[in-house]
Amino acid sequence: MDLNYTKEEQAFRGEVRTFIRDNLPKDIADKVLHHKRLVKDDWVRWQKILYKKGWVAPNWPKEYGGCAWTPIQQHIFEDECGYAGAPRVMPFGLVMVAPVIQNFGSKWQKEYYLPRILSSEDWWAQGYSEPGSGSDLASLKCKAVREGEHYIVNGQKTWTTLGQHADMIFCLVRTDSTVKKQEGISFLLIDMHSPGITVRPIITLDEEHEVNETFFDNVKVPAQNLVGEEGKGWTYAKFLLGHERTGIARVGESKRELEQLKNVAAKQLRNGKPLIEDPRFRDRIIQVEVELMALEITLLRVLSSRSKPGPEASILKIKGTDVQQALTELTMEAMGPYALPFRPETRDAAWHGEPVGPEYAASAAAVYFNYRKTSIYGGSNEIQRNIISQMVLGL
Amino acid sequence: MDFIFSEEQQQLRDSIQKYISKEYGFEARKAIMASAQGFSDKVWAQFADMGLLGVAFDEAHGGFGGTPVDTMLVMTELGRGIVVEPYFSTVVLGGSLVDLAGSEAQKQAILSEVAQGKLLLAAALGEPNSRYELNSVETAAKRDGAGYVLNGHKAVVLHGESADKLIVSARTAGGARDAKGISLFLVDRASAGVQVSGYRTIDGMRAAEIKLVNVKVGADSVLGEVDQGLPVLERASDFAVSALCAEAVGAMEALNAATFEYLKTRQQFGRPIGSFQALQHRAVDMFIHCEQSRSMAYLASVKVQSEDPKERKRTVSAAKIQIGRSGRSILQEAIQLHGGMGVSNELAAGHYAKRLAMINATLGDVEHHTERFASAG
Ligand SMILES: Cc1cc2nc3c(=O)[nH]c(=O)nc-3n(C[C@H](O)[C@H](O)[C@H](O)COP(=O)(O)OP(=O)(O)OC[C@H]3O[C@@H](n4cnc5c(N)ncnc54)[C@H](O)[C@@H]3O)c2cc1C
Repeated sequence: MDLNYTKEEQAFRGEVRTFIRDNLPKDIADKVLHHKRLVKDDWVRWQKILYKKGWVAPNWPKEYGGCAWTPIQQHIFEDECGYAGAPRVMPFGLVMVAPVIQNFGSKWQKEYYLPRILSSEDWWAQGYSEPGSGSDLASLKCKAVREGEHYIVNGQKTWTTLGQHADMIFCLVRTDSTVKKQEGISFLLIDMHSPGITVRPIITLDEEHEVNETFFDNVKVPAQNLVGEEGKGWTYAKFLLGHERTGIARVGESKRELEQLKNVAAKQLRNGKPLIEDPRFRDRIIQVEVELMALEITLLRVLSSRSKPGPEASILKIKGTDVQQALTELTMEAMGPYALPFRPETRDAAWHGEPVGPEYAASAAAVYFNYRKTSIYGGSNEIQRNIISQMVLGL
Repeated sequence: MDFIFSEEQQQLRDSIQKYISKEYGFEARKAIMASAQGFSDKVWAQFADMGLLGVAFDEAHGGFGGTPVDTMLVMTELGRGIVVEPYFSTVVLGGSLVDLAGSEAQKQAILSEVAQGKLLLAAALGEPNSRYELNSVETAAKRDGAGYVLNGHKAVVLHGESADKLIVSARTAGGARDAKGISLFLVDRASAGVQVSGYRTIDGMRAAEIKLVNVKVGADSVLGEVDQGLPVLERASDFAVSALCAEAVGAMEALNAATFEYLKTRQQFGRPIGSFQALQHRAVDMFIHCEQSRSMAYLASVKVQSEDPKERKRTVSAAKIQIGRSGRSILQEAIQLHGGMGVSNELAAGHYAKRLAMINATLGDVEHHTERFASAG
């Protein structure tokens, strides 16, 4: 057992760090580090920089434009990006739909969509959840009926993350309601600019517009946009879920937030002394720090194991989001009464008014409430626990 | 031992419950929050008519001579409605400061006006570096002829911009953190040199940063004894904390009720999600948290009247610790059990959650009161 990074891995980390230092636009990093609002162009700009370098799709096979990195290298890359304040690469195209297209898509789909995903020409959204189908995804109702060379789609998707920017959406739709529910589901790629699609914002607790309802009213989708076979959508979706779960640990981002928390706690005062010197508060920071250390090694164990991530990956989702949420909670508490002021206008990068309280206080409570989502999306933490108890513990 | 509320107390509670369920629904509240002032004059006038604004004051000052238990009943109902009107800042904290520190003449002039809904108060106690420490006062009050001149920065003053009168803690002697040398002043918000910049708070209320720049006040604006403000501040703050605990219990009850209802109605996997034992036990824990909090809110509302400052401080801090911890558990579980709906701003649940989190950040969080409890002996 050797828990040190190899010389090559250390050199790789150095290379990644240098690249980020020289290429991550400062205005974008500033937004991420200060919890300012990102606009579409911020994500796209960073993804295009990575694309130019050939690093935008580390998880893809080499022949499609991937990096052929080891899982450890991928982790180092994500760790450095997260820590430096790079915006998260939008997962919907690059991480989620692309592997499905690569494994199950037609020649045409591969040739047409993959390059556009790689170059960030299309912005993708995920169309799984429906008002009546969240954890119980297989009960979904959004219907697609084949008519000649098209499918006609009717129904609703919801919680569509950043759907307001999307050019494309991959959807699970019901193509057959006479068979077992998992067997009547198909995987469709739908152009968000099609007539009949309406996107309506859902405003979250922090009053931000990050998710949407997406309505389909007789939307015509060319049959060539069906991925794989009709009725096999559930299999493809399950394949994709495995891809979603390792990235969700967000170790690099949590390291960054931990460091910021320490900075903030060094500046905030309690009884005239830095808050971080108060044993009550300091010990709570240490508890999270230890959880994060353990999480990183657990993640590396999962990545190093020769078999592909199994149900154990659910640990990463649960602990990763626990840590993220604990950090937002401590950061909010560190503000004391300055957690109360709520001024969403200050999260606009162009805002240059007078701050209320310490500059970092402006977003603390809003971020705390926003991050409640992390234990709900991507398969709720209850569902992850069900997976572990059934598939790992055999209960 | 007797945990029974009198008939008058039950009537008081029922009348508020009825009013809020009829007039203060989610949509009505939303419209009120969106207004420029952030609360409704009409609702405030109705509170005055219902007698809510004078519950805690002596009859001689236009009130109803109620006890902290009566205030508790009112605050629990306001918590259940997540009411955004300035009841806490004007009646509870502001009112008790005047009541505890004021001269007879000041009480006559101020409390009856408050009870009639004609005067709004705000307590300007915190400062940028004070966190929750009432003794940490850098705002200076210097003698100026017969009166004083005030300079300083008061932070996160709840409802500071709509208040007619501010109650300002300022230093008349000693160093920034000394217990002695703090005095209280009544300052007209409209006085020259009072610079108010208001903003929303995340729980749907309003607060302000207030800068005092050479604000001149007369000798008659001193509230209580010069240099001896801290013990009164502590007493008023303890009363206010006991009221916040009561408010939190109302919010917890409503949030729990909404969550339990959701567990019964939301269907996944062909059955209500409340049929999953993993969630049943979580709901039970939320229920227990609420009952433990209720017990402590009761205790605080009684012991806050204790003449023994040690007993008073210890009990009130204990209650604030309990509701801080239970509030945090309940709000997080409520959001989680609502799934995606829990993070939507369109459901009342999230608004209760936000209020509960901010109650913890008002007049001392769990850690602050843990320290206070430990040092109370
Ligand atoms: C911010 C955000 C962004 C999202 N983005 C997207 C997106 O881009 N695309 C998309 O398709 N979806 C997205 N989602 C939807 C997300 O995947 C769902 O919210 C999630 O699957 C939970 O479903 P639900 O909200 O319907 O909750 P429900 O399934 O109704 O769950 C409610 C509660 O019951 C629990 N529960 C349910 N079943 C069980 C069980 N069997 N045992 C124990 N507990 C159970 C849940 O864990 C939860 O606590 C997003 C959600 C959020 C909050």
